Amino acid sequence: MMAFFNTDLGIVILTLLKSLALIVPLLIGVAYLTYAERKVMGAIQLRKGPNVVGPFGLAQPFADALKMMFKETIIPAGSDRVLFIMAPMITFGLAVIAWAVIPVNDGWAIANINVGILYLLAISSLGVYGIIIAGWASNSKYAFLGALRSAAQMVSYEVSMGFVIVTVLICVGSLNLNDIVMAQQHIWFAIPLFPMFVIFFISGLAETNRAPFDLAEGDTEIVAGFFVEYSAMSFALFFLGEYANMILISATTTVLFLGGWLSPLPFAPFTWVPGVFWFLIKLFACLFVFIWVRATLPRYRYDQLMTLGWKVFLPISLGYLVLVAGVLEVFGWLPNV
Amino acid sequence: MRLDRMARDLLLAEIVSGMALTLRAFFKPKATLNYPFEKNPISPRFKGEHALRRYPNGEERCIACKLCEAVCPAQAITIEAEPRDDGSRRTTRYDIDMTKCIYCGLCEEACPVDAIVEGPNFEFATETREELLYNKAKLLANGDRWEPELAKRLELDAPYR
Repeated sequence: MMAFFNTDLGIVILTLLKSLALIVPLLIGVAYLTYAERKVMGAIQLRKGPNVVGPFGLAQPFADALKMMFKETIIPAGSDRVLFIMAPMITFGLAVIAWAVIPVNDGWAIANINVGILYLLAISSLGVYGIIIAGWASNSKYAFLGALRSAAQMVSYEVSMGFVIVTVLICVGSLNLNDIVMAQQHIWFAIPLFPMFVIFFISGLAETNRAPFDLAEGDTEIVAGFFVEYSAMSFALFFLGEYANMILISATTTVLFLGGWLSPLPFAPFTWVPGVFWFLIKLFACLFVFIWVRATLPRYRYDQLMTLGWKVFLPISLGYLVLVAGVLEVFGWLPNV
Repeated sequence: MRLDRMARDLLLAEIVSGMALTLRAFFKPKATLNYPFEKNPISPRFKGEHALRRYPNGEERCIACKLCEAVCPAQAITIEAEPRDDGSRRTTRYDIDMTKCIYCGLCEEACPVDAIVEGPNFEFATETREELLYNKAKLLANGDRWEPELAKRLELDAPYR
């Protein structure tokens, strides 16, 4: 049996199985993230949230999914049909593809590639295409405005995000996500690089178009932004993509700053627990903060958003990068490459 | 001062205190009523579904004075009347178009004999519009159904009238 998995065909089948083992829980996770969001936001607003469908409303995501599937997909008359249908697929596809390199446990990544972090950056930058194409193909003012905003926003925040990642990388000396986690055995990067951690998380909010940076959707100004014209499953794909991206950013934060699958304290009772458990706990904590922030903060004005990205985050992250590099050089702590 | 302000901004002081506030709310008891199973208490003056009341001996109260029809700002009430065999004045038709009614309660106020009242019932949604065009039989049936509560409400509200 093991010999079979070493043949070409075997490797393909094994990878497919691995992908399935990742994507199915991911999709269920996305479904329950929508539920968690409604529950948490409800609780913060002194409501109960969905509690009718199934025990504690646990069947609600599936009821929503069924509803979406049975609705009619409306394609606007003036739209570019091919691109219009393709955009949600791109968004969702990219959100899932990025997961290939995320290590859930020691060595548990579908593709343990040496440029893992670059792959993540590349995929998350591609994410903007789904949005731009959607805005363009809809042939609608609001969708177009939403797409423009979203593109500008994602580009601005990716710059400071890049610097944050570079800061982590000079502490690790490797682009491999597995190595990045293992470099945090003594101390999680969230502690020495705390300002970077905060900037990364906030940029992550902007990158996923989440509140308080959800200008691309901006319900009160441009109705729903780039997906105004979408309905039924094509809308659901955007929705799933957005939430999958949230989980992805949380996973990236976990890997880069919170020590991935490592246990919080490196001795007996904690190390017995499998790494996946710690990984998930950290992931859930990040996702909770995502939702918590959405329930707390009002939406940024567009110029404030740009000011924050270019005039606050960029100088701080650049300065901290220089500081970290200097400290590492002076004390001779640079990792051996 | 500027330095103080800047330090607060950079340390996200206001955002953190805001987040602390919402986190406290997260653990507070919730205000949600589990509606079909739990309901809010309603005031004796609550203006719900209409009803035509009867006297304890079964005689209908309405004397067809048409004050309610006259006062109704939405013109939802239609009354036709003629003397009954025993000479008393009674309605032959008393319709309320519940889709027109704005539940202002003026009919109830205008009524000299407390015949037309708005009851405590607010759950009378229907599947067709026609079912909301109430006739006299329906209104009297409502009166019979809700009489104990209607009487109680009038009694509670009497000191304030």
